Amino acid sequence: MPQHTFVLNGEPVTVEVESDVRLLWVLRDVLGVTGPKYGCGLGVCQACTSHINGRAFNPCCVPVGDLAPTDEVTTIEGLPATVGKDLHPMQEAWLDADVPQCGYCQPGQIMAAVAKVRQAREAGHEISGLDDAVFDEIRNICRCGTYHRIREAVLAAADRF
Amino acid sequence: MADNGEAGDWVGRGHGVGRRTFLGYVLAASTLTVAAEFGEAATAPSRAAAAIPSPPEPSELYDLNDLLTDATLPTANLISIQVHADGTASFALPRAEVGQGVTTSSAMLIAEELDLPLDRVHVTLADARPELLFNQLTGGSNTTISTYTPIRVAATLARGRLLAAAAEQLNASVTELTTKAGTVLGPGGAVVGYGELAVKAASPTIVPVPVTLKDAGQFTVIGTPRNRIDALEAVTGRKQFAMDLAVPGALPAMICRPPTINGTVRSVRNADTVRAMPGITDVVPVTTGVAVRGRTFGQCIDAVRALDVDWGPGTEEGTSEADVLAELRRAELPLVIPPLPLLTKAVDLRFTFHFASNSALETNCAVADVRPDRAEIWGSLKSPIVAQETIAADLGLPVSAVTVHVTQGGGSFGRKLFFDGAREAAEVSRATGKPVRLMWHRTDDFRQGRTHPMSLSRVRATYTLGQVVGYEQRHTSVGTDFGHGLGEIVTALAAKLPVGDLGFSETIFELTQQTPYEFGVTTQLLAEADRGFNTGSMRNIYSPNVRTAQELVVDQLAKGMGQDPYAFRRRFLKDARARAVLDAVATAGNWGRAMPAGTAQGIALHPEYHGVVAVLAEIDCRPPTTGRKIPDAYTGPRVTKVVCAVDVGLAVNPRGLQAQMMGGIMDGIAVALTSSLHLENGRFLEGSWDHYYYTRQWNSPPELQIVVMPPTTGAPGGAGELAVAGAMAAVACAYGRATGTVPTTFPVNHGEPLGFEPLPAVPPIPASPTDGLSRVS
Ligand code: FES
Ligand code: FES
Repeated sequence: MPQHTFVLNGEPVTVEVESDVRLLWVLRDVLGVTGPKYGCGLGVCQACTSHINGRAFNPCCVPVGDLAPTDEVTTIEGLPATVGKDLHPMQEAWLDADVPQCGYCQPGQIMAAVAKVRQAREAGHEISGLDDAVFDEIRNICRCGTYHRIREAVLAAADRF
Repeated sequence: MADNGEAGDWVGRGHGVGRRTFLGYVLAASTLTVAAEFGEAATAPSRAAAAIPSPPEPSELYDLNDLLTDATLPTANLISIQVHADGTASFALPRAEVGQGVTTSSAMLIAEELDLPLDRVHVTLADARPELLFNQLTGGSNTTISTYTPIRVAATLARGRLLAAAAEQLNASVTELTTKAGTVLGPGGAVVGYGELAVKAASPTIVPVPVTLKDAGQFTVIGTPRNRIDALEAVTGRKQFAMDLAVPGALPAMICRPPTINGTVRSVRNADTVRAMPGITDVVPVTTGVAVRGRTFGQCIDAVRALDVDWGPGTEEGTSEADVLAELRRAELPLVIPPLPLLTKAVDLRFTFHFASNSALETNCAVADVRPDRAEIWGSLKSPIVAQETIAADLGLPVSAVTVHVTQGGGSFGRKLFFDGAREAAEVSRATGKPVRLMWHRTDDFRQGRTHPMSLSRVRATYTLGQVVGYEQRHTSVGTDFGHGLGEIVTALAAKLPVGDLGFSETIFELTQQTPYEFGVTTQLLAEADRGFNTGSMRNIYSPNVRTAQELVVDQLAKGMGQDPYAFRRRFLKDARARAVLDAVATAGNWGRAMPAGTAQGIALHPEYHGVVAVLAEIDCRPPTTGRKIPDAYTGPRVTKVVCAVDVGLAVNPRGLQAQMMGGIMDGIAVALTSSLHLENGRFLEGSWDHYYYTRQWNSPPELQIVVMPPTTGAPGGAGELAVAGAMAAVACAYGRATGTVPTTFPVNHGEPLGFEPLPAVPPIPASPTDGLSRVS
């Protein structure tokens, strides 16, 4: 069986699994990393959103064989370490706004939000309260309807990291 | 406070017990364990009528021996709190937590009465406890209503016992002692932690103790806004749902499902080939399709797609929407129009509400480990006792051999009242002889999962001389499956009898539907047709549809009588609490402000669950807004602002209540404007979140305000569902006023051309994309 090596939450890992298995299942079923959630397996719901080399992606749509040994995959579990803290400022803002309901979508929401703020910043945008365009690009489903508090938390955290 | 909570004037159970005096128990245990009766005795005065219609005579359905055995268990019908040597308290809540915040509100009740910081109260979810009979169902927004008193009784008793133990240790009298944040304070600055007292306060035998609850005026936790106790776990990804559990040997399993609703397996043509696919360990036909088990869900998806199955017909073969509509029309009960005076006018409208999906973000799923002589199940289950008893019957095992663990749930919206995933997991585990983690694919969850039934609502309201003299509503719905009964096998069996079930639906309807207005002779009746669909109640059961129809008619009555919609409602409302929330949103939402053409406000009200909510919505239906382009999205009319005022009698956690209202509003917007299932030729076409247009960021209102009214009744009402009907109705009314129409089909976009290409029916689920790295953002 083929072996695949990549960097997961700061540590190199090697897994033995067929190359076409999507990364979400390698994370969840092989490595036991369960922060990224399944909500569709179609790149639609964004519940699995994690980062690859600092950018948002859907591990449910990436065959593990597509990863290079230098690719850095960060899941919600590894997010705080990217800022050298126990909690990422986005997670703190999430707690301040008491965003979660059931919580199932929340790891994906937070990972998407962090990447969205970074992306906006790189493009020279400041995220402001009126910026619908930025929120229109956050496609994550929250079936519990926490969208309003997500907005509050993203706005609160936008200049904290 | 020196009052140790134990009542001096208690006479006997059921006799002379004051309004605030209840019976608690100190249980025999090595650490302080206190309990209170849970169920009818404890909560009869405040029980939600909606959730508890009279059950049938149980004798012929439930073995008397079972009943006696269960009833004689020493802890039957008790809920218990333990105080531990580390100074924490723990409580296993016999309810499901699916996001509605009942673990947090329960912890708050304990923190309040035990005088312990909230973060030292640990609330877990109880396994199925068959001895609780009717009392382990999470539904009808009933959790806080039914647990409010028992939890407080137990916690008050615990505090009393800790005070008594401290008095002994300090050689003081209880009246000299007070508690503060998990400690007992005594004379001369003595401080004793609860942890130190936990063992001393324990009892070797069961001791019944009368308990007096404190007055609401003394609350310091109840009624204050608190964050969820599981928020940290949720934001760090540590919160564990069923599919996150590491049960040894429980490999992923999925089911290859039929192309039409409830189709059947005739034969599998290539089981051996599929069994040889990478990672796959098993391929077995089961009741609902063909199960595959494998190392990863990804490989299960591939195996499901590779299966070549000869499918038999389903329960709705060839049926399309028009057929169901015609069937509903035939089943509609006639109106009884009384002879009316000459000048009487009428508003006469019929509304259509399409199938909607109550699919949560966590699809149907469960873990099962079935052995020849026992079984263990893990899942988010709102009726765990029925699940346990049904699975035991399926497996031919005694109920006592089946353990059902209730896990944290990733949303419910009615879904988790049923246990479709758990039942399948048990069957697959039995068939393969191995533990499984069974999960539904998203596409199956939409297409074969339970739906909120399609319905029609015919309303005729008559008015003359400034008065509404009659209001008739005939609601006709595809049958709603209440087969989860009332959380207990007795009623579950009764609901399966054709007559019993019909009666049950009507009972639920009658017990939940209220007309909050003085409209003269008022009748609201339910008729049901077609039982071939997989249905279930969706958040707020009948109310969103019934109330939306009514509130739209109210707007037409106001118009016909030349009155403002807000003033008209205010004038006809029966209840002062309803008027107060209506006034609150009208004021906070600046009702009647000038708005450009194509935009409008709508206002509506909804009473239920011992509470009442009012919603004011503003909508923008102008082309630049409805034509907004977002890839693979339905944009459409935008709700730009919502103001909601809610009175639940007493909000245990106002912040949690606000969250529930916000979520309910997102649901209301969805069912009013965007979310439905299209039925064609025996199957639903939607198969993805980009097909089923549940509210997304781009649909959610930029402005949202929730006003929590100060306590009114002093007793908590239900919160989980209340907002859906109010929000749906307000959005529908706003849409009608903005477009100058009376919308009669919901969601309003249902008749538009499909905005997506339906996925194929065979194979039943799509392959996962492989281009994820090209879409990194
Ligand atoms: S599970 Fe990956 S996007 Fe839905
Ligand atoms: S919090 Fe439940 S799906 Fe978002």
